[in-house]
Amino acid sequence: MDISITVNGREQRHDVEPRMLLVQYLREACRLTGTKVGCDTSSCGACTVLVDGESVKSCTMLAAQADGATITTIEGLATAGAQHVVQRAFTEHHGLQCGFCTAGMVLAAVSFLEENPNPTEAEVRLGLEGNLCRCTGYHNIVQAVLAAAGSK
Amino acid sequence: MIPAPFDYIRAGSADEVLAALAEHGDDAKILAGGMSLLPLMKLRLATPSVLVDVGRVRELAYVNDGGDHLAIGALTRHRELETSDLLARECGVLQAVAAEVGDNQVRHRGTIGGSTAHGDPASDLPAVLLALDATLVVRGPNGERTIPVADFFVGFLETALAADELLVEVRVPKTGATGFSYQKFNRRAQDWAIVGAVAVRNGSTRVALVNMGSTPVRASGVEEAIAAGSSAVEAATRAAEGTEAPSDLNATPEYREHLARVLVRRALEAAAA
Repeated sequence: MDISITVNGREQRHDVEPRMLLVQYLREACRLTGTKVGCDTSSCGACTVLVDGESVKSCTMLAAQADGATITTIEGLATAGAQHVVQRAFTEHHGLQCGFCTAGMVLAAVSFLEENPNPTEAEVRLGLEGNLCRCTGYHNIVQAVLAAAGSK
Repeated sequence: MIPAPFDYIRAGSADEVLAALAEHGDDAKILAGGMSLLPLMKLRLATPSVLVDVGRVRELAYVNDGGDHLAIGALTRHRELETSDLLARECGVLQAVAAEVGDNQVRHRGTIGGSTAHGDPASDLPAVLLALDATLVVRGPNGERTIPVADFFVGFLETALAADELLVEVRVPKTGATGFSYQKFNRRAQDWAIVGAVAVRNGSTRVALVNMGSTPVRASGVEEAIAAGSSAVEAATRAAEGTEAPSDLNATPEYREHLARVLVRRALEAAAA
């Protein structure tokens, strides 16, 4: 089936199988490999992208469901070469260790801060419950998200 | 993990859904948010040959004041329930529990109708609907009928919904400022409840349990005891009566029964506070 999706500001048109997952579509059809496949069971959040501005686990959505949607992946977060405020905060607060969860973690944080611009630390932890860091680097991730909230 | 091949039909309206179901019957599955169905399809535990995507049927996404009840469209997402002022004011327990389903990403996609029609005893919202004595409105080839939620869940992932019917609305009573509590026990925040207990004090006290059998269940023994004047501590000792708790890698049935008694006591105490 033919689908048309705006990915990182650019319209993409592809003929896909209905069963193609959004994460496969982004990685294989769009060649945007910043979005990771982690658990592949909608538990870990590594595949999180923004669909019409809201965080979604792209391993548990069909590309067909995203037909007509606007998607932001980690590749599309920076504008004109300048890091997004959440990316900058992750850099400054060392909110990553191995980096595998980072793209999903950053996008989940962007969506969360849209919904809750001034969160407490407890709210940040709960807001990121859908994202697992296998390195257990949560302390700095939470500090980064709090810093991003404070710098807006 | 990739689902087995299927034909994909995107429905633009409830009528288009019914037409697709009439044509494909048992071979078709309805895809709403996909938070339960897609994982099953990826594991090939579900292999429908036709998928009817109802995600764009936004005419079924609403929370309306129905006079003595609230009418909630089946395709209302958890996030929409969580942020509905009307729901928070008139049926706080449903708003509060919607905020505990899965995680943000799941709540952005998952719907109350999808969660209900899936009929998973480990889901949060079906037990709340049981405690609220909700009414479900389903539409089929011969028009609409209503099903009391007590008659809806008939077995593990089995409901009273026929293959050619679509769940279109969930009606819940206005409970106003009555006390309620949902106690969800899990080991990681985003996980399914190993056991959950919801108590609602709306005139009488209603208690329902998550993951204590093949369907969500009412804790009738607890409700009888409270109605007869027992304390929360006494009533909660009857929480596991009549249940058939599952055994899995998280817990034995005996441990689940223990959890049910503890969580029901906590829910009763919190709902009364």
